[in-house]
Order: sequence, then C-alpha cells, then structure tokens
Amino acid sequence: MQAGVCDSAFRHRHLLGIEGLSPAEIERFLDLADGYVELNRQAEKKRSLLRGRTIINCFFENSTRTRTSFEVAGKRLGADVINMAVAVSSMVKGETLIDTAMTLNAMQPDVLVVRHPESGAVQLLSEKVDCAVVNAGDGSHEHPTQALLDALTIRRRKGRLQGLTVAICGDILHSRVARSNIALLNTMGARVRVVAPRTLLPAEIERLGVEAFHDMGAGLADVDIVMMLRLQSERMHGSFVPSTREYFHFYGLDYDKLRAAKPDALIMHPGPMNRGVEIGSEVADDIDRSLIRAQVEIGVAVRMACLEILARDLGDGSSAP
Amino acid sequence: MKGRITAEDLPRLLIRGVRLLDPQSGLDATGDLLIEGERIAAVAGALAAADAQVVEGEGLCLAPGLVDMRVQLREPGAEHMESIESGGRAAAAGGVTTMAALPNTEPPVDNVSVVEFLARRAREVRLAKIHTYAAATTGLAGKQLTEMGLLAANGAIGFTDGVKAIGDALIMRRVLSYARTFDLLVVQHPQEPSLSGAGEVNEGETATRLGLAAIPPAAEVIMVERDLRLVAITGARYHAAHLSTAVAVEAIRRAKAQGLPVTCDTAPPYFALNETAIGDYRTFAKLSPPLRSEWDRRAVVEGLRDGTVDAIASDHAPWDQDSKRLPFSSAAFGIVGLETLLPLSLELYHNGHMSLLDVIARLTCNPARVLRLPAGRLAQGAPADLVLFDPDREWRVSTEEFRSKSKNAPFDGRPVRGRVVRTIVDGRTIFRQEG
Repeated sequence: MQAGVCDSAFRHRHLLGIEGLSPAEIERFLDLADGYVELNRQAEKKRSLLRGRTIINCFFENSTRTRTSFEVAGKRLGADVINMAVAVSSMVKGETLIDTAMTLNAMQPDVLVVRHPESGAVQLLSEKVDCAVVNAGDGSHEHPTQALLDALTIRRRKGRLQGLTVAICGDILHSRVARSNIALLNTMGARVRVVAPRTLLPAEIERLGVEAFHDMGAGLADVDIVMMLRLQSERMHGSFVPSTREYFHFYGLDYDKLRAAKPDALIMHPGPMNRGVEIGSEVADDIDRSLIRAQVEIGVAVRMACLEILARDLGDGSSAP
Repeated sequence: MKGRITAEDLPRLLIRGVRLLDPQSGLDATGDLLIEGERIAAVAGALAAADAQVVEGEGLCLAPGLVDMRVQLREPGAEHMESIESGGRAAAAGGVTTMAALPNTEPPVDNVSVVEFLARRAREVRLAKIHTYAAATTGLAGKQLTEMGLLAANGAIGFTDGVKAIGDALIMRRVLSYARTFDLLVVQHPQEPSLSGAGEVNEGETATRLGLAAIPPAAEVIMVERDLRLVAITGARYHAAHLSTAVAVEAIRRAKAQGLPVTCDTAPPYFALNETAIGDYRTFAKLSPPLRSEWDRRAVVEGLRDGTVDAIASDHAPWDQDSKRLPFSSAAFGIVGLETLLPLSLELYHNGHMSLLDVIARLTCNPARVLRLPAGRLAQGAPADLVLFDPDREWRVSTEEFRSKSKNAPFDGRPVRGRVVRTIVDGRTIFRQEG
C-alpha cells in the first residue's frame, strides 16, 4: 500500500461488483455519498471536481432510471457526460463487444458506465480499456451501485447495517440487484434472507450466506427491511410462476404479509415497480415505511461518490492494480 | 329454541360378527363395528348398542371403503360417457368410497372455478367422495404452469396432465419445483411421448404379428428415470401412475431405497392381463400404457407384493361405443374399472401372491396416504366410509350390469371371486347388493 493512502482507499481501478470489496471500501462510498445527499438538496448543486473529465454512459440494454441517475451524477460533478444507446447502434451493425470497447477507448474517456444484458460482459469490456469502468448492471450478475444506494438508504434510516435482518423477496434467480445486495449486506454484518417460490431461487443460494424461505410469513418474520424485486413480465405467465394473480396472492407485499415483519420494518424496491404483482400500492406508497422514493434520490448521491472515487483515484496516479 | 343434536340422536348402525380388516393398524379379526352419524364410533370384539340398526356380517369382510386414486368422470364435457352421478353409482357398486378424478375434462380442471364446480356437483350427488386433481400445465398443453397454489387452496389434491405426460424436461422441472414450494403432489403419466409416438400396443411379437405401431417398454422407464432425476434436484412429492413394466417398477424400487419421495400405482389390467388379451384387434384391450408382456405382468405383481407399488387404482376411463367400435388404431385408449377394481385385485389374494390385508392396503390406506386424505382406516373417530364384501363369492363380470354409462371393459364374462355387499359413505349406505 502506498504511503499517505489511508486504509479505506479504493484499491481497484473499476467498480465491477460488490463481491471482493472490503467493509472499509464500502464505508468510504457510503460516507462520501452521504455528504452528496445534502448537496443535492441545495439550490446550487453543481461542483467542478470532475471538470474536464469525460464520462460515457454505454448502455447495451434499455434503461431510463439508472442511465439518468448516472448522467445527473456526472453533470453535478462537472464532467462531460455522453450517452450512448448501444442497443440501437453498433450491436445492430454486428460489432463485437471488444471492438466497441476499443472504439470507445480511443476516444479517451475517463470513466465508462456500462450496462449489458450478459453476465460478465462488463468485466470483459473493462479488460480492454484504459479508463475506469463502472458496472451499471451485467445480466443476472451484479449491480453494485444499486446495492450501495440501498445500503446508504438503510443506514440513513436505521443508523447502521450491522445486525439488521434483511429479506430480499421475489425473482432472486434473475436478479443482479439481489446478488449485489447479498454480497454487500453480508460484508457489512447484516443477516440476509431470500424469499421466493423455488422456481425463482437459484441452486445452492445458501452458499452465498443467506437463509432461503418459500413462504412470506416465515421469511418476513421479525425482519427490519423488506426488499422487493421486480418480476419481469415474460416470467409471469406460466414459465416461472403461473400468473400475476397467484404471484401476488403468495408473494406480493401487502399489509397482511408485512405484519410478520418488525413493526418498524421498512420497504424497498429497486424499481420500476409492477404494482399489484410484487407489491401492492398501499404499501409502496406508505410514506412512513416505504423507502422507494428515497432510494432514487440517494441513487444520484451514490453514483456521484462512485464517479468521484474512480475518476479522482485515476487522476492521482494511485490506481493500483 | 332448538335443542342441540346429541350423540343419542344420530343414526346408529352396528355391523356384527364381521371379519374386520384394517391394514393401517394390521387388524384382521372377527368383531363388531358401530357407526354413529358420519363416523366410526367403536371397533371391538363385541359391541352392544341399543337402538342401533343391526347388520349381521357373518362370513363377510368389513374394510375401509376403497380409495381409487385415478378415475376419469368425464364431467364436465362428455356427460354422455360418464357423469359425477353415474360414476358415483359405479364407484358405490365397486365398494369405492373416495375417488380422485383426473383433470382432463372439457374444460380441463386448470382453474379454480372448475375445481369449485366439481366440488359442488359431488355435494349434490352425495355418492362416493370425489376429489380432483388439477392440471399441472394450462390447458394440459405442457407449456405453462397452472395456479397450483390457489388450486390447492381450493381443494385440488394433486397436479397432473392426466393421460398426457409432461414431456418437456424443463417444464417438468419447474412443475416439480413450484409444487415443492407448496408441498404439493405431482402425478405423472410416465410415457416418453417422443418415443411412444403414434404407438398403440406394446412392442414385441403381438404388435409385429398384428402390424400395429408399437410402444417400447423403454418409453415408460425413460420417463420415470428422467423424473426421478428431477425429483432428486427438486425434492418434490412425485407419483408415477399405472406402472406397466418390469424396468419401471425396478426404477421406483431403487428410488425408494435411496429415500426419494416417490410413490406409484398400477391398475388391474397390468397384473390381470397381458398383451395377448388384444387377441384379434380387441379395442377393449387398448390401453395407455399398453398391456405388456407376461414377464412385465409378473414384475408388476412382484412390485405389488414387495410394496414397491403402493396402490392399485382402477384407471377408470369411460368411452362410448363410438370411441371404441373403430379400427384398432382409431379407437380410444382406456377401459372402465370402478366396478371390477375389488374382485380383480382379490385375484392377487386368491392366487396366493399377497395376504388379504396387503391387497386391501393397496386399495385403501396406501392411496389415502399418498393423497394425504383422512380415509382408509377402521378407527374410532374416522369417517364411516366402509365396504362390506364377501371375499369368496364367485360371479361373472357382466358389463351389461355396470352402473357406469360406458361398458368398455375387456373383462366381460370373466369369472371372479369376491363381491361387494354394501358400501357406506359417511354412515350412509350408498349401495347394497341385491340377493
């Protein structure tokens, strides 16, 4: 470790996942982001920390929320942000992912924010470029900034992560949000449960350090946080679950099921929500217990922290390994 | 103010001096049984009950009413072949007090409203108790899961695509996995459809001589073996229906030894007949799975004897004449079986393969255990669902006398031993043999 770099220095060039981050590294993201939450509430939101830096949002999969969040974050730090909707350009023309990476690299960006429908694709791309890469979601693998924003949202309301019990409910099988959250919450000393029908749970999920439940009543018993996941529409009609009606009946979050959780349990959802499928409106819109809108707000702050740490560390030349 | 109904007000029936057979407890002794209202009030060596109607049971056996875990009742959709009522009468005459109906009706039982319709019809008819399986996949099409959780909550006792196999391995895995989520039973028609193809009889000399398209025994065991692998990774409760081959019986035997949660049944034609019953293109002997070789038949008997095969079901499949009086290839698969279930099963006893108690177990407590029904027991407090039968009475099967609307059985004229004398459901006599 280099002299002068404190213990919590971020030791990685990229942010590809939560897996492998130390508690101190995670704390550093959260602490820095915490300050940005306040900044973002002021009338004058703009900083010039990243002036002159170029950030390219490179989304190989449709996204509105995450892409916008990263764009706002980059602009508030003074960077030049370019959005590339790759889904409708190079991929259609048959360019390989590596060729696209080389092309982007030649434009000398400082940070690439990449989302891709295939697990592992963001890492592959990161190996071919000279700049920092932020994984904005790769297939069913990781979505690290979502886990960080979820963690900060919880920490701001509960004051801690250590010792909390968090139930992640729904389509665990296909969820990168679930995988990143499991890694982060376990690293920070929370207890993690997953709750889903068996068709939506991957094999040996317990090996990731979670307790698996198939019944909401048992799974939500005495939890502090209920984290609902989106069920993709193509999985609703008989392939993984029989119908939205049955899914909501057994796994949709409503006050009846929430009663099993602690009285002050809070509700989260990464969005976009399917109301009446995985979550009922009365619960989603409960201003005392739902953190869903807070998650969106904190998302911008967390992405500002990520961009700052990656771009600044790169500039300092302390970007081992 | 209305007075409360007390035990003294309930109708009482005392069956006296009968051979009591309760395979659940191993009871096989002469004694009396008292029914009060809908329940068994007492089972003992000698009972006295004032005001009770008395049935003298000397020379007869009294067993739990038969639990037939595989019937087709054709209602809704094909009531000209069978209905809840005619099927109920056939069951009553056969000593069957509980039936589990397949979901291959029209419309199929793949949504809650059909389950509720069947429950209402069964309540109206008030004969044998009727439970229904629901479809495992929507429209029995083998593609999309049904609302198993809601269907089970509304009374479906298991999930199956009826007379069709769930052929796609990925779909079957999800069916099992989803069923396991709610601890539900999945029943498979074990025949690999891509191998059985358009086959209609067992592969071998008979098929070759008759020039009929054949189904190899491997079609059954391939599906069973595949399913057992899927059961191993999902942990679901799995039941293989109407096993007909030696190799499939052996596969289940091994799976049970490994501790997998699997059960299976067979039907009388698979231990009472072999492929030669097809004779000269007799469509009444056209079954799915097909009648097999003598070697397979003996293996099925052995499976029943050693307990590998848990249950005997009638596999009652009513068809009208238009469906059977056709060239062999065009005729429908299946035979009626409710009214011959007991005497054909008793052949296993009369031929010395099994004890009477063991045969009765395959027809009562075993299928009740697979279906998790509170039936199949002669015990105080149990539902008074009973069959009184003469185990030795000799008679000839006559399909003309069947209560079933359909007469498609290959057993017409067969001399059998053992006849139902009286059938009781919830304390009510629903059938009495005249003479």
